[in-house]
Amino acid sequence: MSTDTAEKEIALKESEALLSKRRKKLVTDPLVDDNPITIQVLGICSALAVTTQMQPTLVMALSVIFVMVMANLSISLLRNKIPTRVRIIVQLAVVASLVTLVNEVLQAFAYDMYKELSVFVGLIITNCIVMGRLEAYALGNKPYDSVLDGFGSALGYSWIILTVAFFRELWGSGSLFGIPIFDGISSLFGGDFQLATNGLMVSPVGAFIILGLLIWVQRTKTGYVEH
Amino acid sequence: MELFNLAIRSIFIDNMVFAYFLGMCSFLAVSKKVSTALGLGAAVIFVLTITVPLNWLLNEFILKEGALAFLGASFATIDLTFLRFIMFIAIIAAMVQLVEMVVEKFAPALYGALGIFLPLIAVNCAILGGSLFMAQRDYTLAEATVYGFGSGTGFFLAIVALAAIREKLKYSNVPNGLKGLGITMLITGLMGIAFMSFMGIDL
Repeated sequence: MSTDTAEKEIALKESEALLSKRRKKLVTDPLVDDNPITIQVLGICSALAVTTQMQPTLVMALSVIFVMVMANLSISLLRNKIPTRVRIIVQLAVVASLVTLVNEVLQAFAYDMYKELSVFVGLIITNCIVMGRLEAYALGNKPYDSVLDGFGSALGYSWIILTVAFFRELWGSGSLFGIPIFDGISSLFGGDFQLATNGLMVSPVGAFIILGLLIWVQRTKTGYVEH
Repeated sequence: MELFNLAIRSIFIDNMVFAYFLGMCSFLAVSKKVSTALGLGAAVIFVLTITVPLNWLLNEFILKEGALAFLGASFATIDLTFLRFIMFIAIIAAMVQLVEMVVEKFAPALYGALGIFLPLIAVNCAILGGSLFMAQRDYTLAEATVYGFGSGTGFFLAIVALAAIREKLKYSNVPNGLKGLGITMLITGLMGIAFMSFMGIDL
């Protein structure tokens, strides 16, 4: 154990390990303790609308991960070149280009998904998490750290919207990823009873209530209290 | 009459907040006091009413497939739709800056009231969302203007109502984990149910 830590210290002095403790924290902190949605209250805007089903939500989450990692990387590489006064415009331009890229790829290879997500891919541009991380982290840190930070925040965001989508699709449509679960359960028991779906979960109201309850559970676990 | 119908639709039925979750960040962050909520709501109405028609012009005469035909036959096949996001956000950011300067110069009182909210608005999802929906639904210029004003008003109503509820809520005993964001989400859900009752209104 002691040699282990000694070795680690030497490694730190020479060059920081690829996944040192500090860097791991960059990825894991936003997952629970500093979650962008439930603790920092950022980025609720663009994504809740797609959470009626798992599949579009997953595509949305992957798009946000891609955009955040690449935007953090680009801004971090440019951080010494960007004049402070025009940095918002530069950030918007970088993010908008990346989102356009995602949109074009979706349009070319997954047209149905593109139709379903409609304007909400475009709204990743104004997702507060992306801009927030660029402002707060990428502008002042090295590229590799910024990539990890972006990845962590995007993951923290993804698991929240995937959880919301899980409950909304299961209770609202009785299925997951389009596979009928409720019908399967009732046929398992010989079709004697039918599990009822809740129409409220499909409507936007369901997302608000599920997210509210999720925040309650998550904050009770972490002990975070807002004043 | 159709324009009036569109206004009613965009205010109550297709409400930015309750139907599309747009502008949620500022909706949650700036709804602690009615006075600040009024300021932000007014700024959103203002900016949406300006940027949606402006982006309509941009879309109609530059970005749309074949929109450049007025430059000559060889331009008629150009489709710049893929530039939509970056152009819309550029227009919005530039307009917000311009509006801020004009308001500061000619209406200092209004600037005092809207002041800090105007720069924030450039990255408000509701503003970009308004323009993107306008482009997707093929509105005419008049419809785009009415839609911009209507959806801004919808946001205004939602944020002022929520702020009023949250002011009262200060005196109630909310469980620790639910304080702040949690209870606000649940209230927004309940307000959404109330707004659902407008569904199906067709004038």
